[in-house]
Amino acid sequence: MNFQLEIWRQDVREDPGHFETHHVEGIDPDASFLEMLDVLNERLIAKGARTVAFDSDCREGICGTCALTINGMPHGPNQVTTCQTYMRDFEDGSTIYVEPFRANPFPVVRDLAVDRSAFDRIIQAGGYVSVTTGPQPEPNAAPVTPETQQRAMDASICIGCGACVAACPNGAAMLFTGAKLTHLNILPQGQPERAERTRNMVHQMDEEGFGGCTNYGECSRVCPQDISIDVIGMLYREYRSAVRQKPNPHAPKMVAQ
Amino acid sequence: MILDARIPAGPIEDKWTTWLDAHKLVGPRNRPKHTVIVVGTGLAGASCAATLSAQGFKVKSFCFQDSPRRAHSIAAQGGINAAKDYAHEGDSIRRLFVDTIKGGDFRSREANVYRLAELSANIIDQAVAQGVPFAREYGGQLATRSFGGVLVQRTFYARGQTGQQLLLGAYSALQHQVNAGGVTVYNRHEMLDVVLVDGEARGIIARNLVTGEIERHVADVVVLASGGYSNVFYLSTNAMNSNVTAAWKATRRGALFANPCFTQIHPTCIPQSGEYQSKLTLMSESLRNDGRVWVPRKPGDDRLAADIPEEERYYFLEERYPAFGNLVPRDIASRAAKIVCDDGLGVGGTGRGVYLDFRDAIEEQGHDAIQRKYQNLFEMYQRITGDDPYVTPMMIYPAPHYTMGGLWVDYELQTTIPNLFAIGEANFSDHGANRLGASALMQALADGYFVAPHTVMHKIATNPNPGIDTTHEAFDAAEADVRGQIDRLMAVQGTKAPQAIHREMGQIMLDKCGMLRTRESLTEAIDQIRDIRKSFWEDVRVDGKTDELNPSLEYAGRLVDFIDLAEVMCEDALRREESCGGHFRGEHETEDGEALRDDENFAVATAWAFDERAGDDGRFTPHDEQLAFEEIALATRSYK
Repeated sequence: MNFQLEIWRQDVREDPGHFETHHVEGIDPDASFLEMLDVLNERLIAKGARTVAFDSDCREGICGTCALTINGMPHGPNQVTTCQTYMRDFEDGSTIYVEPFRANPFPVVRDLAVDRSAFDRIIQAGGYVSVTTGPQPEPNAAPVTPETQQRAMDASICIGCGACVAACPNGAAMLFTGAKLTHLNILPQGQPERAERTRNMVHQMDEEGFGGCTNYGECSRVCPQDISIDVIGMLYREYRSAVRQKPNPHAPKMVAQ
Repeated sequence: MILDARIPAGPIEDKWTTWLDAHKLVGPRNRPKHTVIVVGTGLAGASCAATLSAQGFKVKSFCFQDSPRRAHSIAAQGGINAAKDYAHEGDSIRRLFVDTIKGGDFRSREANVYRLAELSANIIDQAVAQGVPFAREYGGQLATRSFGGVLVQRTFYARGQTGQQLLLGAYSALQHQVNAGGVTVYNRHEMLDVVLVDGEARGIIARNLVTGEIERHVADVVVLASGGYSNVFYLSTNAMNSNVTAAWKATRRGALFANPCFTQIHPTCIPQSGEYQSKLTLMSESLRNDGRVWVPRKPGDDRLAADIPEEERYYFLEERYPAFGNLVPRDIASRAAKIVCDDGLGVGGTGRGVYLDFRDAIEEQGHDAIQRKYQNLFEMYQRITGDDPYVTPMMIYPAPHYTMGGLWVDYELQTTIPNLFAIGEANFSDHGANRLGASALMQALADGYFVAPHTVMHKIATNPNPGIDTTHEAFDAAEADVRGQIDRLMAVQGTKAPQAIHREMGQIMLDKCGMLRTRESLTEAIDQIRDIRKSFWEDVRVDGKTDELNPSLEYAGRLVDFIDLAEVMCEDALRREESCGGHFRGEHETEDGEALRDDENFAVATAWAFDERAGDDGRFTPHDEQLAFEEIALATRSYK
């Protein structure tokens, strides 16, 4: 198969960036989109030209590293990760636009690679149960129904790729944050910090410059893990109830008496 | 060199508690004065960094990914073993210990494996406390299932995403500690050398992959949790960026690398399709609980699977291994698949595939029950191949997966470089010649949560810090080496992409040091790898600059280390004149084609020393650690 690629090139964060045209010929229909870019890069190297930088790692749809906007859609046309998008999904001879995930809180590192560490900081604000390593209670002492487990699991499988943010006209990170809140706030282990976690994660989300949800629903539509927009409803409910409670910040720990 | 594993004396059940009782502590007020570097943020690295920080130490955590949450542990699917006996089948610590030793074909160290079994139950408790949503039964209790090489249900799972959920648990523990101020995460940083002061590890040289800056980091102790090296085969189930560099740089500085030839070829992967394929995708081994493996009895039978009648189907695992059937360990299942394909019975376009058929399970248990168990795996398969496994059988073929070899460590998980620890897949200690399914997650977390934090604390307590900083001359020298290699790579300016050279070498490794090795194939491979090294330094081209995000520079640097490793893998396979686990030497098989061990001469772990000055032919020197089997008598494995 043959394609004309319009690829976003941007050397550094401060540059304005531009599209560059490349033609790739003789591509195997079963090659993945990233393998097609590998082929392009190998050919560029042989020609003495500059390769295109993009992020990818596991290439089986689970690590969340790959992040291309293909023809205007984060991860391309199929609601799967970029690495699980195959060239057979495109029309032979067509022109394909390849861009990085675009959102203010995701600055471009180079070409198609972006910096998504804002997501890590949202988790740092409270996306955990504050346990440290050591003896823990017997898990069967706190039963969890399979229904609750399923619901927690449906949310916790978020891969943190950021497609939801890139697809949202507001650049909102509510699907991501909502997924994490849903996962932890419905499990028995997550109860003690429920309100505090919710407040802190939502505030951090704002702090990072993500927008607010206005129900476009694009986030859920592009999510490769099929995270339901319900988690955003959950986020709102949890936040409303959390802000009514009196904040009770952790007292600072004493290192030694 | 004498390899002293420093195993505590006394009965095996008491060794770890004896060690814990005697180990030295650092006072809580003094802990923040000590810094530990942890390289890697997978299950082992993240859990270790989080635990050390919670104890009060300062931790610097490094990963080359853009976030610690992306470490390749995230891709593990099937489950994690633990001796909790929830299924009430008589499972116990000893039984898990025996299964692991036997599964590893008697090439692992008893004391380490026993400790692993002993700690396994704590891991489940720890993960549940963090909110890891393991599968539950209707009464709300934890569910378990069985895995290859085992007759009990001791595998805990979270759909087909167990690794993901456990990693997110460890990652969230790490982020909790970042928030608490004990951990600094350096993402998009690659460790390029370990710095030795007076023979002890005292820091690392890392490259900031975004700015290209070469950074110096000093610490009291360095822990490597940098994963495995299966990408030496180019096509493998590992993530694209998984590499051996951190462990190999340690080897170049004097740490010994043990059992490099022990690599696992996982039986249930999606077969290769095209020339430019960049990786192979694993399907969880748990599928073998319900999927039946078969090929047509007649060579060249190109009918659709559904058109082949029952009596013309060869259920080769069930026939050859009636006791374990489709649940034989990975090395056995992989080799059986290779043999039937070599005999011309393989299916699919390349003839390198066997069926994994769910027809009977769907009939017996119903479509919904199978969907509940394997939904995401079936979807993943369909996305990649375009076939629906509910209707037509899956096609699978073995692919390079986990690597049992790694840095040699003693009982305390310390390498032969004092002060340098290796945990998880980066060390060699627990899986012998073959790893049982669902044991990798168990080992990574046992090392990270429950072993290394104690042994590292003991080390800090007993090893006075000479109080050096990054201006020490050892840092100057190591940084100069790192810069020297980068300049050399940039200077070649040939015409080949590193990936193209890697693909060539991977093919050699797969053909000659893969599921079947012979004296002849290995000798040839060593010559060819040396040629590859030569052509690499003549032909490679790294584009771009050194002070920016430069993936081809990263790739080329990692390939330099893979080439060296490939050579020592072949050396190790050549020297080990026996067949065991993942290492099958054509010269050593029984009459019915099973692996033939030589316990007389090779009940050893072979640790290789690297000497750059020795020239191409004698760069690697083997040292054997004799393995003692006091608890479990050496026996031939039988899964028949």
